[in-house]
Amino acid sequence: MNKNTLLYAGLIIFGLAGAFIFPAYKLQLSFLYILIVLAMTWDVQGGQMGYNTFGNILFFGIGMYVASSTQIAMFFSLAEWTDAGGEKTFVHTIPQFFQGFGVGILLAGIIPTIIAGVIGYGILGLRGHYFAICTLALGIAAGELAGGIEIIGAGQGMTVPVWPKGFGSNASSSQFLYYLSFTLALVTFVTLKWAYSTRFGLVLNAIRDNEDKAEAMGIHTMRYKIIGWMVSAFFVGIAGGLMGHINGYIEPTEIAFAGPTFGVFMVLMAILGGKGTLWGPLVGATLFHLFKEGFWTYFLGWQYVALGVLIIVIVVYFPEGVMGWLREKYPERFGEVVDEADLKAQVELK
Amino acid sequence: MDLLIFQAPILMVQASMDGILLGILFALIAYGMALQWGVMNIINIAQGELVIMGGYIAYFMYLSGIHPAFGVIVSPIIMYCVGWGMYKLVINKVVDKDLFTSILATFGISILAQQLMNFAFGADVVVAQSNFGTTMLFNNSVTLPNAKIFSGAVCVISAIILVIYMKKSKLGRAIRATAQNARAAKILGVDTEKVYAATFGINAALCGIAGACIAITFTLHPYTGLPYTVRSFMIVIIAGLGNLPAVAISGMGLGVFEEWSDYLLGTEFRIAAVFSLLVIILVYRRFKLARKREYLK
Repeated sequence: MNKNTLLYAGLIIFGLAGAFIFPAYKLQLSFLYILIVLAMTWDVQGGQMGYNTFGNILFFGIGMYVASSTQIAMFFSLAEWTDAGGEKTFVHTIPQFFQGFGVGILLAGIIPTIIAGVIGYGILGLRGHYFAICTLALGIAAGELAGGIEIIGAGQGMTVPVWPKGFGSNASSSQFLYYLSFTLALVTFVTLKWAYSTRFGLVLNAIRDNEDKAEAMGIHTMRYKIIGWMVSAFFVGIAGGLMGHINGYIEPTEIAFAGPTFGVFMVLMAILGGKGTLWGPLVGATLFHLFKEGFWTYFLGWQYVALGVLIIVIVVYFPEGVMGWLREKYPERFGEVVDEADLKAQVELK
Repeated sequence: MDLLIFQAPILMVQASMDGILLGILFALIAYGMALQWGVMNIINIAQGELVIMGGYIAYFMYLSGIHPAFGVIVSPIIMYCVGWGMYKLVINKVVDKDLFTSILATFGISILAQQLMNFAFGADVVVAQSNFGTTMLFNNSVTLPNAKIFSGAVCVISAIILVIYMKKSKLGRAIRATAQNARAAKILGVDTEKVYAATFGINAALCGIAGACIAITFTLHPYTGLPYTVRSFMIVIIAGLGNLPAVAISGMGLGVFEEWSDYLLGTEFRIAAVFSLLVIILVYRRFKLARKREYLK
């Protein structure tokens, strides 16, 4: 058996057995899988395509709202539900819950994809920092708008349908979400691994390296950029839908369209792990989650200060990320051939 | 939706006057941003936090019994030092990197500053009472707080002082030279490191003045910095770098837009209107600047 197969098998076994090995950390692990999805899909734009977006949080929030409101609106009146607030006067029966859940999650993937396709033509034409600031504004504007819409609870937010009583044991809700998020992370990883190995991945890298030249070579760069964004939007939307259920509560600016937290986390995770690599975001998300949990446990009250410092330190002192650093250290493991004579000549030049 | 503004047309005058006075403030902040963007090629997301920080200095003076209007003198001095320290600690490491690095690094600073202000002053909305009274215009149908007029005047005066300083003084000349060509300036003996630090300090000082004005005319809250950053970014991309009259005009235009959308759409959509306007302007600009493709038949 070769090393890679062993690694993949190990990770899958960990993922499948994780719910039983660490029963107390099930929600934490599901959260980690969601973060992995966010980081990996950010990397499609930020790392592979060279478009540093802060706007993927838009799809996260839309997915979250779409999933829950569909699940509610299929059986009850959405306006009455949000009026009732925290009081659970409406209860889904078991088949209702799962029907709603399935349709909701599916729509949570499809609607952000359509939105990405529609707005993509306007927004992906921007370059560099204009793109970054525009997407930042997009995410925050969406949050503020959602905070003004009455039917989804305005600034108060809305509650997500609770796990139907009498189905499985108490732990089965978190188990269900755990496996769904794990599957989502797995599917995202496999899809992106496959996509990067095709012409699509090459085109993305060509856009990053020199977009004008790629266009001159006859590639419809805009088409590929939009498709790339739609792929990201699909997975991020589903991740948002699941996140709504993990939280049990949706609030426009702090949870759904949380630009200053999740919107920045996904960028940081990708940079920490090494952007532009397949494994980087995964490693980065895991490390970042550990950091974050550590901060929240040991620096309670000061966690955002620690986070701000972490951002500055990563961006200023460690911009190449873990994978970039490993690549520098062990180039031969990454399939790069090092010419000893050339290296020596470079050292002498210095 | 019954539009109050059309039933009582005098409200249009009210909204426009408010907007212009507010816009002067935005223009001052945007001028600081244009300055450091042009000179150092950095987009400072923490711009809004510098403004709020300057405001809290005035608020602190108000708490200790000094009239907050003196904040417009004290706050820029302190903020200059803050900006200088910020440059020496973080910004000088990202000056020669790409813009995205500076955006992220200043985002980190902004989160840090928000939290520190939250610890220092609490998460309540505060305002420093200036007791300046109000001016009534047009048969008492338009009210203008004197504090707003005062802050508008302060902003105009400080902008004029800054323009003269940039034209006449040695440092001002060095800053302008560095903005044109940093390498040539270095060759001709300009200490660009010092120029950068001074530029960032001046930017922070401008934010300090604007912040002190905001403290007496509007409200302060640790987490409201980002809208100021976005507003100044928007003004800068409309007006262009280093074009002061255009900055002033587009600042006032933005102020008027904001007050009008406040009246027409409701206060809860005010911030949303600002951010959506930015998206619309950027997308419009992209189509305006897009290359026209022509094919050979």
